[in-house]
Amino acid sequence: MTWYVVRRLAISFLVLLGISAVVFFLLHLVSDNPGRVVLGQRASPEAVTDFNREHGFDRPVVMQYVSYLGQLVQGDLGRSYKLNENVGALLRQNAGRSAMLSLAGLILSLLIAVPLGILQAVRRNSLIDRGATAASYVLYATPSFLLGLILIAVFSQSLPFFPAEASQSRSPWVVLTDPGAMALPVITLAVTSVAVFSQYQRSSALDQLGQDYIRVARAKGLPERLVLTRHLLRNACLPLITLVGTLIPTLLAGNLIVESLFNYPGLGLLFLNSLQREDYPVLLAYTLIGGVLTVAGNFVADIAVAAADRRIELEK
Amino acid sequence: MSSRHVNTAEATQTDATARSETELAELTRARKRVSPRSVLRTLRHHPLGLAGGLLLVLVVGFCLLGPLLYRTNQADVDLLNAALPPGPGHPLGTDPNGFDVLGRLMEGGKVSLQIGLLAALFATTIGTVYGAVAGLAGGILDGFLMRVVDILLSVPFLFFVLILSARFHANAVSLSLVIGGFSWLVSARLVRGEVLTLRVREFVLAARVMGASRRRLILTHLIPNALGVIIVNITFQVADAVLAVAALGFLGFGLTYPTADWGSQLASGATYISADRWWLIYPVGGCIVLTVLALNLLADALRDAVGRRAD
Repeated sequence: MTWYVVRRLAISFLVLLGISAVVFFLLHLVSDNPGRVVLGQRASPEAVTDFNREHGFDRPVVMQYVSYLGQLVQGDLGRSYKLNENVGALLRQNAGRSAMLSLAGLILSLLIAVPLGILQAVRRNSLIDRGATAASYVLYATPSFLLGLILIAVFSQSLPFFPAEASQSRSPWVVLTDPGAMALPVITLAVTSVAVFSQYQRSSALDQLGQDYIRVARAKGLPERLVLTRHLLRNACLPLITLVGTLIPTLLAGNLIVESLFNYPGLGLLFLNSLQREDYPVLLAYTLIGGVLTVAGNFVADIAVAAADRRIELEK
Repeated sequence: MSSRHVNTAEATQTDATARSETELAELTRARKRVSPRSVLRTLRHHPLGLAGGLLLVLVVGFCLLGPLLYRTNQADVDLLNAALPPGPGHPLGTDPNGFDVLGRLMEGGKVSLQIGLLAALFATTIGTVYGAVAGLAGGILDGFLMRVVDILLSVPFLFFVLILSARFHANAVSLSLVIGGFSWLVSARLVRGEVLTLRVREFVLAARVMGASRRRLILTHLIPNALGVIIVNITFQVADAVLAVAALGFLGFGLTYPTADWGSQLASGATYISADRWWLIYPVGGCIVLTVLALNLLADALRDAVGRRAD
């Protein structure tokens, strides 16, 4: 097990290095003249050249990458071109709110999807199963921004239950005290994932229901409720752990769209605004963080599955 | 946008089930030759796939033939007739620029479908060649190529696409290239997987013994035999690309004038949501959902028809 973890860590590290290189060179390709972006269109060419020389942007791109890596190792994510602020601090200001939105959405969707998927598997081909499958097909084809718009139109315009805009508070704790303002963004995020998760949970539960240990549990006279909660639940959730790990990029992208739709000041909105301001250090840093989260998610998922499922034999 | 992740996760399922599944697939594959006719036959007995196919025909007909039958002026702004609710002359009303919404849906659909198809073809071509080369080469090169895929898959697709499309002026071709350029990763994985199972089969060994070149192996033996998987994947890719165009358009990086893609239309409708102009949101939203739904249903059915799981 230790050896497996070490090997996985080494691979994760290489992947992270690769991500940083890809994103860095891509952004360099898109914008290779930071002086122009920082000083604006009216600055003289000499000023731009001076700026670039002063900040080392005239060096070969490989050198720039190496010094960026050096900064990263020291925990310095660079400085925003436009906000004249440390990127790390900027991200920290917004991370809490984004994390809260994502976590709330994820938890809500799992709370719906896991029981729903198991119910569908147990009552296979019933009306409930077919209805839920049809609904998930439709939801799967519905982009989150459309779903959010419909929710706003119905629950904020026609029936004024919730505000159309998410909480604007700077502090995550104040956001927590106003759950009404977060209802629509969280529901939008959750419902789009339920479509994927419940179908996944259904097929995994179906696989497990056919296994011998379920038959044994039933044969020894265990009530069906206990068969499902004690035996099926744990094993049927294993694939979902991996799925959540691999879905992190999708969840981050979903966050970006939902934050933009509900004007929720988190990392996604920061990314979009930085894109419009051509603030590349912020884009670079957030894309990197997305990569780190994905790699970490996959890593944790693999370890969790390995720990939870004794049948997986780890390579020596 | 997430079917790919579902597939990859499915591939990493527990060993026991994965093995029995591949064995099963191997058995059925040996008996079943996949021909276009057998695919059609299976599709005919697949109600959902059939529904998806019909729906797709309707959508494509609506977008391509619609403008021929229902002529509207989509070039000149007409502020006197701006934001009219549905009524005579404008079955779905007009938008804030005075464009007829129904006609605009057709035009927007045409360009959305074009981008979707072009992006999917582009992605599948890169992915197929990449995957075939990796699978056939094996060893260090394979490891390296697939780690590159892992790396690119770790960054949200939307981030890459947004960074690039913020920089380049959006037109149908640039959007297809940007979307296609970052969505070949799953095709590469699928094709590599297929090639790995194909390359140890007798006919490939025979071709190798006869001294076939790598190029010949890939083009005449491996790719044609992986075609089923590739076609299923293209269908999923078109659906994903239509969603990606819509997302880009919604975030303000799509096509706006003279034709606006569905996402941009939805975005402009969204700004009037408090004015209760429902005809600027629901019709275009319905078009996106129906198109993606049709493609996904068809792709699912094709996957069943081809007789193997496309993961």
